[in-house]
Order: sequence, then C-alpha cells, then structure tokens
Amino acid sequence: MKHLELRGIRKEFGGVPANDGIDLSVRSGEIAALLGENGAGKTTLMNILYGLYRPDAGEILVDGRPAAIRSPKDAIRLGIGMVHQHFLLIGRHTAAENVALGLEGVPFVRPERWAARRMEEFAARYGLRVRPEAPVWLLSAGQQQRLELIKALIRGARLLILDEPTSVLTDAEADELFAVLRRMTAEGMSVIFITHKLEEVMRLSHAITVLRRGRVAGTASTAETTPEALASLMTGLEPVAPAARAQRAPGPEVLRVEGLTVAGDMGVPAVSELAFSVRSGEVLGVAGVSGNGQSELAEALTGLRRPERGSIRISGTEAAGRDCRALRALGVRHVPEERPRFGVVGDMSVAENAVLTRYHEPPFCRRGMLDAAEMRRRAESLIACYGIRPPSPEARAGTLSGGNIQKLILGREADGKPALIVAVHPTYGLDVGATEFVRERLLEKRAEGAAVLLISEDLEEVLRLSDRVAVMFEGRFLDVRENRGLDRRELMLLMGGGQPA
Amino acid sequence: MTARSTLGALAVGLLLGSFSLGVMGADPLQALSSIFLGSFASAYGFGETVTKAIPLMLAGTGLALAFRGRLWNIGAEGQLLAGAVAATGAALSLKDLLPGFLMVPALFAAGAAGGAAWGLLAGWLKTRFQVNEVIGSLMLNYIAAEAVQYLIYGPWKGATQFGFPYTDNFCAAATLPVIAGTRVHAPTLAVALAAAGGAFWALRRMRFGFEVRALGGNPEAARYAGIDPARTALILMALSGGLAGLAGAGEAAGIHHHLTYPWAVSSGYGYSAIIVAWVAGLNPLLVVPSALFLGGILVGGDAIQTSMGLPASAISLFNGILLLSLMGGEFFARRRPQRSPSPLAGEGRDGGPGHK
Repeated sequence: MKHLELRGIRKEFGGVPANDGIDLSVRSGEIAALLGENGAGKTTLMNILYGLYRPDAGEILVDGRPAAIRSPKDAIRLGIGMVHQHFLLIGRHTAAENVALGLEGVPFVRPERWAARRMEEFAARYGLRVRPEAPVWLLSAGQQQRLELIKALIRGARLLILDEPTSVLTDAEADELFAVLRRMTAEGMSVIFITHKLEEVMRLSHAITVLRRGRVAGTASTAETTPEALASLMTGLEPVAPAARAQRAPGPEVLRVEGLTVAGDMGVPAVSELAFSVRSGEVLGVAGVSGNGQSELAEALTGLRRPERGSIRISGTEAAGRDCRALRALGVRHVPEERPRFGVVGDMSVAENAVLTRYHEPPFCRRGMLDAAEMRRRAESLIACYGIRPPSPEARAGTLSGGNIQKLILGREADGKPALIVAVHPTYGLDVGATEFVRERLLEKRAEGAAVLLISEDLEEVLRLSDRVAVMFEGRFLDVRENRGLDRRELMLLMGGGQPA
Repeated sequence: MTARSTLGALAVGLLLGSFSLGVMGADPLQALSSIFLGSFASAYGFGETVTKAIPLMLAGTGLALAFRGRLWNIGAEGQLLAGAVAATGAALSLKDLLPGFLMVPALFAAGAAGGAAWGLLAGWLKTRFQVNEVIGSLMLNYIAAEAVQYLIYGPWKGATQFGFPYTDNFCAAATLPVIAGTRVHAPTLAVALAAAGGAFWALRRMRFGFEVRALGGNPEAARYAGIDPARTALILMALSGGLAGLAGAGEAAGIHHHLTYPWAVSSGYGYSAIIVAWVAGLNPLLVVPSALFLGGILVGGDAIQTSMGLPASAISLFNGILLLSLMGGEFFARRRPQRSPSPLAGEGRDGGPGHK
C-alpha cells in the first residue's frame, strides 16, 4: 500500500523551477532514498512535504487521501516527521526537556519526567537510547540525531524524512542509525532518506528516486541497480564541455602542503594528513561533497584557522599558523564561501567593501587615516572592469545581488599579482552569465601565472577549469589526477566515498 | 535603524511614558508639557539641561562607538565614577606641584585614564576569560560606586568638610569655570562637543573606525578581512571608558569641586547615556541633540517632581519606557522586511555549500 504519493509537484523561486513535475511514491514499510547532487531540488521537495513551502502545482496524497499541508503542524498531524540536517535542539536543556518542549498533551508540572518515561519506551522498542537527564550540549551528534528522531516519533510520526542524516555521524553511529531505521520500517513505518552518498543508498534503501535539476531523472529498485547506474542518472551523462583552458606548462611550485591536519569546529580532525602542491599557472580542482573538510582546508590555507599539524609553504616560505594578513602579504587571496556571510559587510559601501582586505595598506590608509578618494577610485575601476551593478561606489554592498557581490569580491581578491587564489564554491548560486564571468576571470588569473585552488561541489566546473583534479572525502584527497579523460561517473563515485571499479 | 523609525519609536515611547505618568495620577499632557517647558523654555531650565547634557554627551559618544562595534558596554556609570576618582586624586595630589594653567588638562587626562582603565578591566575580562561584557561592565559599576564610598568615608575624607563624607575641595586652579548664571562648566562642554565630532570623524575616516564598523556590521567578514576582534574590543572599551571618565572629571571639577557620594557624582548618567546613544542611532554627531533631549527630560523630571508631586522614580520609569520603545523599534525595523514562510525554510535551494 502506498503510504505517500507526490504527483506533479512544482515549485519556483523567482521564476526558476526548483522542482518541476516531480512524482514520488513511498510504500508502507519502505525506505525510499532521494538521491541527487546539490541543487537538484531534494531539500525543496522535502520542505514542501513538511509544509514549509507551498507547491505551485501538484498534489500530495497520504494513505491514498489528498492532503493539504500548509504548515509543519499539518504535516505532524498527518504523521510526517522530519529530522533536519541541522538539529533544532536547545543546548542548555536536557534531552527530556527538549522532547517535552512544544509538545501538546504534556503535563503542566514536571513535563520532563513524563518525557523521560516516553523516552524509555522508545529506547526499548527501537534501541533509540538517549539519557533523558543529559544536557544536549554534552551529547554527540549521533545522540542529538537520536533525540530528533525521538521528538518526531513522540509526535506520532509514521513517515520520517531524514535530510542528509549521516553527514554528521561517524561510521559506527551511521550503522546504529541504519539498524534503528530498519527496526522502524519492520513495524510498518516509512522513511525518506535524502543523501548523495551512493554506498548508503545501496546498503539501506529499498527504492531510489534520483533528482537532477529539479526533475526526476529516474527511479529504481535498489536490488536491481548499481552505483554506476545511479551516478549516471545523477550527472545526466551530458558530455563534458570542451575545456576552454589553453594548454600551458605550469611554472614553479607556489603552494606545498604536507601532513596538514586541521580540526573542525567540534574539535575532531576535519582535514587529516593532507599533502599536495599547486604550481604557478595551474588550477587544482578539489571536488567533493560539502562537509568533507573543504572549508577547514580553505581556512587553514588562508590563515583563518590554525592547523593542528603540518606544513603550508607559499613559494617556499613556511606559513602554517600565520594569520590571514601575513598570508595575504605572501600573495594568498581568498574568494570565500557563503559570500554575504564572509565576503562583504552589507552595511558598508561598495567602495569600502572593495578594499575590505586592503583598507589598512597604502594607498587606502596612511598613518591611520583612510583615503576616501583612493577607495572610491578603486571601486570605480572594479565596477568598470567587472561590470558591477548598480555602478555606484556609495551603494550599500548588502543591496547588491549575489552575482554582483561575487564580482566585487573576485575583483578585490584577483587584483594585482596574486600568488595563490583559494576560491571556494565561487559560482554557487550564481546565474549562468555571472558563473561564466567568474570562471573566465579565474582562468585569466591562471594564465597570468597565479596558482588556483578551486574548491567546488560542481563537478562540471571542476572538470572545466582544473589542470588536476582531487576528490576530497572525509578530510583526505582520495586521488589527485591529471584532468585528461576523467570519467565523471567515476569521480561521482569517489565523491560519494566509493571505490572506483 | 533609520531616522524615521527612531522618531516613530521615540513618539511611541513618549506616549507610553506619559501614559504611565497618567497612571500615577498626573495629567499626562500637562506632565509632558511641564517636562519640556521646565527644561527648554526658561534660561535657567535650559542652563540646567545643558549642564546635565554634558556628561550624557561624553558617555553617550563613548557608548555609541562601543555599540557600533557590537560591544555592549553597560559600564559607563562605573567608568564615569572611576574618572571622577582619578581626577580627584590628581586635583588633590598635584595642587602644589603643577602650574595653574596645567591643572585642568591634567584633571581631564587623569579622568580619561581612570575611565579607560575601568573600561579596559571589563574588556580584559571579556577577551581573556570570555566574561560577557554586559555582565562584566555592569558589575564593575557597583564596585566603582562602593570604592567611591570607601574613599570619601575613609582615606580621602576631607579635613575641612565638617565631618561630611566629601574630599577636601579642589583648589581654584582645579575648578572649572562656568558660564555666568548657570552651572554649565564650559571646558567640559567644549571637550564633549569635540569628542562627539571627533568620534563621528574617526568612524568615517580613520582606519580604526573602519575596523569598528566592519566588526559591528559583520564580525565574520571582519575576521576574514584580518581585523583582530579582541584588540578592537580592548581599544573600544578604553575609548568608551575614557570618554565616560572625562564626564566624571567634569562632574567632580565642574559641579561638586570635590568627590562626593557616588549617586551625587553621577545620578545615573552612565545608564541614561545608553538611551542617549540609541536615540542618536549610534551616530556620535546626533549624540549632541540626543543628550540635550535626555538632559531635558532629567531636568523636567525634577520639575514635575516639585510641581506635580510625582515621585522621583516616575522619571526613571519614563526613561525606561523610552529605552524599551527604542529597542523594540529597532527590533521591528530589522524584522519587517523579511517574509519567509519559516526560519527553517532556508534559501529555496538544496543544501548547498556551507550547509554542513
């Protein structure tokens, strides 16, 4: 029997369809995997199902009956529960208090005692064990996730949506999670499992739906498919665009990294024992799914995060542990991820943002005084060279579109003769025109002799721009290869942590 | 926060504030008008208003700077007292050592240093031990007040004050001249106006001001730009504390001519300065009119106490309501433009980079 059916779901954002005619069905007792690259529309679809977005077209059927899901409340009433990638827990409260919070029907006095009793039931039934009196900030990511599952179950969820559930888990924790999910589905519950890790899909799911660019690229029964077939569906097997890169012999080594270990925010190593080099006039593309240590690598290379161990040499000078100004002085430039968060100060003007990383140096600053005219001239030249709209140095940077903000950042960082450009997801979220522009500028800098470390999830981008390609997975490079005749499917397998055949 | 929303919040605050006076049995309209007539309509009243605006301007300018850098210094009261103590120490110990014309500059220097040191203490607690600066600076206010009491009852108690807990009076050279017929101590007023102008200019034109604005606007981008948040926080605490300390020096040397009870030295200027900074939209130039406005309310508050028989706390309540409406106005001004279905809804695309 069909537990859930989605028919022809469509959702647009600003005229761009994120979901376009999506059909999906989940049978009772089934684990259905939803597979796709970033930007394929998986999260949008699940947010529609959970009532966070309203679809522009299409219908949702739960247990065969049409369902109007206008808010998460409706979804919960229909027995749909969601565990987000980012946990929605209150760190200072105990596990039981978090379970009781916002729950209807809890006793007014000491609700956490009642919640603790219910938690015991779930522990016995599914092996979902979390100490009720433990404060959440002391729990591991795996335990917090179990707590989120308990929260969903206690609200009567019979269909669980898990968004990238293993991204924060250790292997052992992931195994535990899978065991719990199997026990639940054995009792007739259903699970939608969002991921881009092929290995997990093959291990856990019964049925697979692959999304690509907002559409269903294909469906398969897990027993009858292979990781290779799924990788083809995810990437769409379009021919790789001919490399626009001019062939040129790379110059001397600019960046040499050895034994680099960098801790993530949680204190565990996000980058482990990494070794690689990038030469002048060369683009090293680092492909991989976000969260495999790319951010920490970029921060360590640009001086924003102090490495635990290892060496970073810039043109022969040891730079590990130096701050970002010292690295900048060595010629390191940084096009950061999450532009509005890291790259600009929205309340400051375009002119001020145009010198955000150089405001303290002449000609913009002399003896502690800023030179507004110089800043303005700089901004005007960037606006002219990079076609930034609106063409006003006085505009607040926060009012610019994403593409224009990126042009501003790229112009600022690529200016002069950088030795190394660390570009992180440089075209994420940009429209086609801006994307092309940014890529061309990076290749231009390569031609001028800069070493470029390109960190991107966009495989097509990595293949188009890079001289060599590395795949990053769980803090390591699985492979560094010359970008000649690389097979996208194989790279996709590597990105998902699989071994090439 | 835009000028319009500030004015709107101010109007709401005045309305609610006068309503609260109404609850206490006064005619709200009459109360409002006597507040402002009392403080702005007569030469005497206006003189008093300016007198009270001087410390508000200095402390308010310092707080506007700190708040611009997202540094929530609530300790201007204690920093003002520390400045008064340091200025008093200088006045009493240097009276026979310095030529008269150097006395006033020395007092101000000592006041600024005292306030800066008190501010730095909170800054050091924050940057070294991660003590939230709101808590640290607030608690230091109480310590400063107790220290003043200790000094005036203890080691600094004046031999010539007939047993009153004051220090000896400052010598003539250490006493600030006033504008005839008022209590307006002109040198402090000049320093206050210069400080407001200087702070405005520094925010826009100096490297340090750029760093403060970047840090206040987007701490993560500031870090990316290589700005050291701890260093900036320490400098800001020293600056805002130093400006409050100047206010303390002015009160000691311009009004009392000795160190006296902490509540007499300051009467809550350090707290009122928080309102001054917010009414000014954290713009140091606008701190000047904003301090006059708040000074007027304080003077008017005294006026309605006597003329309408309202308790002294009525005007504190009034001020508190004003600050709350300004904070509330800020909150709503920030929130209104965003219309997403839910904070969980994200950006309308799949997970994506950075969504680890």
